[in-house]
Amino acid sequence: MKYIGEYRDRGLVMKLADHIRRSVTRNYSFMEVCGGHTSAIQRFGIHSLLPPQISLISGPGCPVCVTSTGFIDRAIAYSRMENVTIVTFGDLIRVPGSSSSLEKEKAGGADIRIVFSGLDALEISRSEPDRTIIFLGIGFETTAPGTAVTMKTAREMQLKNFLLLSAHKIMPPVMDSIVKDGIRIDGFICPGHVAVITGSEIFRFLPEKYGLGCVVSGFEPTDLLQSVLMLVNQINEESPDVGVQYSRAVTEKGNIIAREQMGSVFEPCDAEWRGFGNIPASGLSLKKEFEYFDAGRRIPLNIEQHRDNPACICGDILRGLKQPDICPLFRNACTPENPVGACMVSSEGTCNSWFKYHRQ
Amino acid sequence: MNEFITLNHGSGGRQAHQLITELYVKSFEMSLPLTDSAVLKNNGYTLAFTTDSYVVDPLFFPGGNIGKIAVCGTINDLSVSGAVPQYLSASFIIEEGFPLCDLKAIVTTMAEEARLAGVRIVTGDTKVVGKGKCDRLFITTSGTGLLKPEFEHISSGKLICPGDKLIVNGALGDHAIAVLGARNNLSFSSPVVSDCASLNHLIQSVLEESSKVHFMRDLTRGGLSAVLYELAHLSGSGLLVEEAAVPVDDPVRGLCEVLGFDPFSLANEGKVLIVAGAEEYEKVLGILRAHPLGKKSALIGEITGAHKGEIILNTLTGGKRILDIPSGVQLPRIC
Repeated sequence: MKYIGEYRDRGLVMKLADHIRRSVTRNYSFMEVCGGHTSAIQRFGIHSLLPPQISLISGPGCPVCVTSTGFIDRAIAYSRMENVTIVTFGDLIRVPGSSSSLEKEKAGGADIRIVFSGLDALEISRSEPDRTIIFLGIGFETTAPGTAVTMKTAREMQLKNFLLLSAHKIMPPVMDSIVKDGIRIDGFICPGHVAVITGSEIFRFLPEKYGLGCVVSGFEPTDLLQSVLMLVNQINEESPDVGVQYSRAVTEKGNIIAREQMGSVFEPCDAEWRGFGNIPASGLSLKKEFEYFDAGRRIPLNIEQHRDNPACICGDILRGLKQPDICPLFRNACTPENPVGACMVSSEGTCNSWFKYHRQ
Repeated sequence: MNEFITLNHGSGGRQAHQLITELYVKSFEMSLPLTDSAVLKNNGYTLAFTTDSYVVDPLFFPGGNIGKIAVCGTINDLSVSGAVPQYLSASFIIEEGFPLCDLKAIVTTMAEEARLAGVRIVTGDTKVVGKGKCDRLFITTSGTGLLKPEFEHISSGKLICPGDKLIVNGALGDHAIAVLGARNNLSFSSPVVSDCASLNHLIQSVLEESSKVHFMRDLTRGGLSAVLYELAHLSGSGLLVEEAAVPVDDPVRGLCEVLGFDPFSLANEGKVLIVAGAEEYEKVLGILRAHPLGKKSALIGEITGAHKGEIILNTLTGGKRILDIPSGVQLPRIC
């Protein structure tokens, strides 16, 4: 068992697809809110396996896509300061700020380095004590525990030149916000790796408050198809619930140690989401004991507030209300090389996928 | 075009394509289609001529070094045009302070690789620049080869027709992952070795036996995806590719899963895509598999008359999707 091929077994996939085809009794639309799911759905051609009655909509689950213009502008402002190194995960460097991106700043000479772990940023801080190292913390509950451990380690190492610029976010408030604002969907494919940490119960409000079905899904083709089947069954039986398809990794309570780590370093704060604006208590900021490492406090910036391009319809796309082809910017001003809105930025974004996989 | 050159312009994807067509081709009034080698006719002889610059970090990696790529890469560019590579030039831009022993090791590798491939390095140049003015060592090689008239069509692909088969000579992505693993700032060590090799003997053995090779390209930057995209545009035909048939070894597949990379877009230094006529593809496969550099050769798809200019991928799991040209350098994903 290598845990890859088995979940991509063509025979099993066909069986599941057939089962779904025989189970549908009406039209269904489901939203996946994890970039990893969006990516897997595209990559394995899941759309082509589903009957036409089922549509899958990509929600706000790619942490890169929803990173605000203001955050990128702040990171760029820091990167232009003397003696400052920006350390970041890879795909963030393409995200457009109001007038530039980290990628363009890097080409123009800024010291911007890509790492695979926050701990790599600590090593850079230790070996280059004369530079100020600013780590861009990004991601949902999946990556926030890693950043929490990084902050605790930085404290133990007594690093004076290591700072965090946090854009960490949590999932339930945005899901709540899009449902409240009106959305045409029947259920959610819930993010598997978020639930590994948080436990599946954080999605309980979806069936209880809104009567929406939800299934926590894994990331392989058989996982996704089984999740769709579970959602179809929940709706057919009119029994919305929190289903757990990804049971090999997800429990009700999640990873308690990781949650404790997160809780000891971060506290909820209001956060800006690209395409959605401000959502209360949807972000994570450093607690008082860790304020010392907060880039915003240590090096205050005075940056002009930027407004998103008013023609951009990413907010509606992320809510599943509109599709990319009716956006006046799509394929014109907005392309993968020069993205305007959130959904064109990452390979996981809806517009980016449409650009690549749907021809005119 | 962006204001600055970014790393994306050198990645072999969409932006690199734009730079070439919108700046170089226009300014130099070059003739289309662009091929790996220029085909030059002179007094009855046909010469293939090509040049390439090599930068790699780190300079030494499992399976080779910058010198080996500089020789193999130019030999391969000539070979996939159907030419027999003969002479190379080698120019070095060296940063002040570069260890002489490293230069010697690299040059020794180049000499050895050229000897094995049966080509001669006959001219060259050296420039030394101040500290910080270049990253240790850059090498440019140019090469010429003799092109028989019956193979002149290969680089332009003008004989490609529906029903032709797509063949690769082995597993993809080894070079990119070997280099990534060797790069100092990554904290994983992978057992993957670069596939860097001169393909001229392999390709000659095919061309000697089969007259039905309609197109060849080496799968370097941008990998298989970029070459398939180029092929679809060049031929105006549709391409149908079976994902399950494309060989990728387990360590590369595993690392791609972890890092969010697409093995189809990873660079190779010893892999070629061959488009062969339907009537002789089995013969071509047989010849490839009999050669040490082609043991894992595989039939991965075909040229179709439908969906012109597009690449349809039948996915591992039985789904279908369009395969797109990679855009920019591949970046590790957050989640």
